[in-house]
Amino acid sequence: MTLEYKKIFQKWALGLAWFYLLLWPLMGITPDGLSFAPSLKVWATVAAGTAFFLFIWILKQQGRLDFFSRPAISLGRSVGKAVGALPNKLLAVAAIAALCLPPLFAGRYVLDVSINVMIYVCLGLGLNIVVGLCGLLDLGYIAFYGVGAYTYALLSINYAVPFWLCLPVAAGMAAIAGCIIGYPTLRMRGDYLAIVTLGFGEIVRLILNNWMELTNGPNGILGINAPGVWWPNWADGFTLEHIWLKKLPYLYYVILGLALFTILAVHRLNYSRIGRAWEAIREDETAAELMGVNTFRLKLLAYAMGAVFGGLAGAFFAARMRFVSPNSFLFIESAMVLSMVVLGGMASIPGIILGTLALIALPEFFRDFEQYRMLAFGGAMTIMMLFRPKGLWPAKRLGQRSEESQ
Amino acid sequence: MTPPPILELRDVRSAYGRIEALKGISLAVNPGEIVTIIGANGAGKSTTLMTICGVVPPTAGEVRYDGEVISGRNPDLLPPRGLCQVPEGRRIFPRLTVEENLNMGAFFRKDQDQIARDMEHAFTLFPVLKERRRQRGGTLSGGEQQMLAIARALMSKPRLLLLDEPSLGLAPLIVKRIFEIVKQINQQDGVTILLVEQNANLALQLATRGYVMETGQVVLEDSAANLLKNPEIRKAYLGE
Ligand SMILES: Nc1ncnc2c1ncn2[C@@H]1O[C@H](COP(=O)(O)OP(=O)(O)OP(=O)(O)O)[C@@H](O)[C@H]1O
Ligand SMILES: [Mg+2]
Repeated sequence: MTLEYKKIFQKWALGLAWFYLLLWPLMGITPDGLSFAPSLKVWATVAAGTAFFLFIWILKQQGRLDFFSRPAISLGRSVGKAVGALPNKLLAVAAIAALCLPPLFAGRYVLDVSINVMIYVCLGLGLNIVVGLCGLLDLGYIAFYGVGAYTYALLSINYAVPFWLCLPVAAGMAAIAGCIIGYPTLRMRGDYLAIVTLGFGEIVRLILNNWMELTNGPNGILGINAPGVWWPNWADGFTLEHIWLKKLPYLYYVILGLALFTILAVHRLNYSRIGRAWEAIREDETAAELMGVNTFRLKLLAYAMGAVFGGLAGAFFAARMRFVSPNSFLFIESAMVLSMVVLGGMASIPGIILGTLALIALPEFFRDFEQYRMLAFGGAMTIMMLFRPKGLWPAKRLGQRSEESQ
Repeated sequence: MTPPPILELRDVRSAYGRIEALKGISLAVNPGEIVTIIGANGAGKSTTLMTICGVVPPTAGEVRYDGEVISGRNPDLLPPRGLCQVPEGRRIFPRLTVEENLNMGAFFRKDQDQIARDMEHAFTLFPVLKERRRQRGGTLSGGEQQMLAIARALMSKPRLLLLDEPSLGLAPLIVKRIFEIVKQINQQDGVTILLVEQNANLALQLATRGYVMETGQVVLEDSAANLLKNPEIRKAYLGE
């Protein structure tokens, strides 16, 4: 064994020792006294698992797996090339078609998780405009989600306004909220803005919580209408029948549409002149100003645009749960959305989708671990950030272009 | 009969918080000139340029550009009117590509065809940028970044270009090359130039007139040739 591998094994052993030190207090200290067996069991499993992967990795480093990995890699490359050669439009159509399939065979649980993922995709992409493109740290983003949700909830309860009409209204209300918070604060830079947005998020939640007459306070609002559509009925001649899209498969299609709309809109914004100006502001605000960018107006626009997608997602959330309460809009949600953006890769649309999948689907995966769920979750996130500090799928603009030209 | 100055500062003061950085600056730049401001570190040269552009708001006095008072206006209104600055330390957009950086210089312009032609012109001035057009700005060398910063400002089709220490941290050969290009921009494209420099020798050789600044004030104003001959200047700024 060479020195190099010795070092790696030392690190591995050190890591395992450290892991046990963390693990034991969590699992070993119980109300009935101290115990070692359960924590040792988990620890041994992890140790064996990592040892196995380390072993494979070393074999690969030494070139002993070439007989297998070489053909596999070249196969992967040629598949990648073949896919890359297809026109983007065709790929998009294929992807959308594939996304339309799950409701036909998937169960409640899968649909439920998928809908959640798509809601957060909308939120992540919206926040990405503010954080990823414009470089403004926003810790209260979930407030716009709340504004959108309550806008639809109140309109539906009090005036029975249909969902589809409320969508633009919710987006508009969220944009107005974005401007109200943005106007006095966007002259600040960096950390100050983060604190103020944090405060704003809490203010919105407290208003929702305490304005009893309007929002029914912490009890929330019940009985919100699901989205409805007029569906042609051919049974006796031709009539239009109104149906409520209460069932999960229908809701799946509604949020799929919203998510696709968000992806398309954010993509267009990203590559527009305005998107580039946002990135310039992120890179160097003063320099952008010297180039003739009205930084204040563009930052306000970023804020409002981000809020719009939050508001749309919020309206859908209210229609889907048919119940809203301030408890859905806690700070932890803002932190969650922000983590998706950072984990997936700032300013990268596929990255954020991947980040959302990871953060929504992973905890589902870890459900068996019950109370250690957050531990496993945190560990997984730390490891991902260690190995992919720029995010799971970094934005092309942020790195790959120089390599492309070579 | 001299034409009215394109840029004029009258007793301009500005401050960072309570600390006054400019204590009454008056200067004028005539169309077609290259004017230089020299002075020690912290004299307020960069502050002067930032005050002209409105990034640092003046507390007193007035800045006139093209016969109009521009002090107190938003900085973003100036490039469309033909006043652009290459700030100290280049300040290119590191994660945007060279091409995108150049496009940012033309941000306020709508004439796509002319923008494309201007970009070609920038590439003939700085051929190295053409090779690197898809590379991120932050991965360029210091000299290339300075060229990018100048080219980016040129994309706004300025009539008056403010240059802040283009020689900062560059090897003598590159500095020479950049100064040649500045001269070319002035003579061929007819851009008036206000140049802030630490390298007083080079700056005074290039310029027609010069101002010497000390602790927020203009202490001397003369033709570049006279300043070069002035024994006190030679002692203080030319290291003799
Ligand atoms: N952002 C700022 N905040 C507070 N003080 C500043 C700021 N920028 C500059 N100053 C102060 O203003 C004075 C003038 O600075 P300025 O940058 O204009 O000097 P300069 O002549 O450009 O110097 P150099 O040749 O080193 O670039 C200095 O005393 C500096 O400390
Ligand atoms: Mg300076």
